Amino acid sequence: MDRKTLAKAIDARKSGAGLVIATRLDTAETRLITLPVTSPDPLDRAADEAARRDASQRVEIDGVSWFLNVFNEPPRLYVVGAVHIAQPLSHMAAMAGFSVVVIDPRTAFATGERFPGLHLVTAWPDEALADLPLDRRTAVVTLTHDPKLDDPALVAALGAPCFFIGALGSRKTHAARCARLKAQGFSDAAIERIRGPVGLAIGAISPAEIAVSIMAELIATLRQDPSA
Amino acid sequence: MNQEHDRVLETAAAWLAAGHGVALATVVRTWGSAPRPAGSQLAVREDQAFIGSVSGGCVEGAVIAEALDAIGDGKPRLLTFGVSNEQAWAVGLACGGQIEIFVERID
Repeated sequence: MDRKTLAKAIDARKSGAGLVIATRLDTAETRLITLPVTSPDPLDRAADEAARRDASQRVEIDGVSWFLNVFNEPPRLYVVGAVHIAQPLSHMAAMAGFSVVVIDPRTAFATGERFPGLHLVTAWPDEALADLPLDRRTAVVTLTHDPKLDDPALVAALGAPCFFIGALGSRKTHAARCARLKAQGFSDAAIERIRGPVGLAIGAISPAEIAVSIMAELIATLRQDPSA
Repeated sequence: MNQEHDRVLETAAAWLAAGHGVALATVVRTWGSAPRPAGSQLAVREDQAFIGSVSGGCVEGAVIAEALDAIGDGKPRLLTFGVSNEQAWAVGLACGGQIEIFVERID
């Protein structure tokens, strides 16, 4: 790598772009590959796959060894509903490295006092999500139990390649939610993308425990799900 | 992947801008329970100052020595460390894992 390439890589990172630094291991030739990748070039495709898995790795392409160093943007979590569970969940997610946005049009809920230091958006979820990136590095979790707020967020998430869509609520609530989405024209396969009730079954009771179960499912999906 | 990446590259750039010779070491492959994942980086300045890590301390000394040689001759190096390696007696990984590290001078 030369200093010019290094400076370019640092600038790309500063601009918030995802980046893969590809280094040829026999010659130290360096290529910067900015994400998302659209070209069909095998090295670009391999870089895209490494970025998708968030896994820097050594690859062999046409008999040449390259190292692909992935510099992804942080994964995003949009929490819909500034409810009690949202408080520990948003802080835990921020600690785990997620870029967190809490969305709730009810200004009595979405207050800086209840969510110190967090990014709050007091718009309706569909409007809020229209202004935020919804990509394969994004998770959306709805917590309100109120169809007026949860459903528009789920509709927006289903229309995007989000790696995780979760909805809080009992099995009964979730069945009713699925029926409403089906009536809106979503296929069973689309609706199955929603994890409901969201969170791993660990017997969580308190808001913080429920937040742990949601974080665990979120991280398992991010790190282990080959389709995510 | 982690914020440390930024700091290592930015520090390397600052050292270069100040006229220093700089090499970059990067973990490119791991086997078993390696201490740092692929992509972890260590920048080395010609006066032996360094930032970042490739192993959590087990092999840094050997990597820094190779990095200083790379600053001298400009040749990239691919190093392997592990318990099965002869060098393990001197600079092996206590965890029993193996790591492969690429060292390059930044020109």
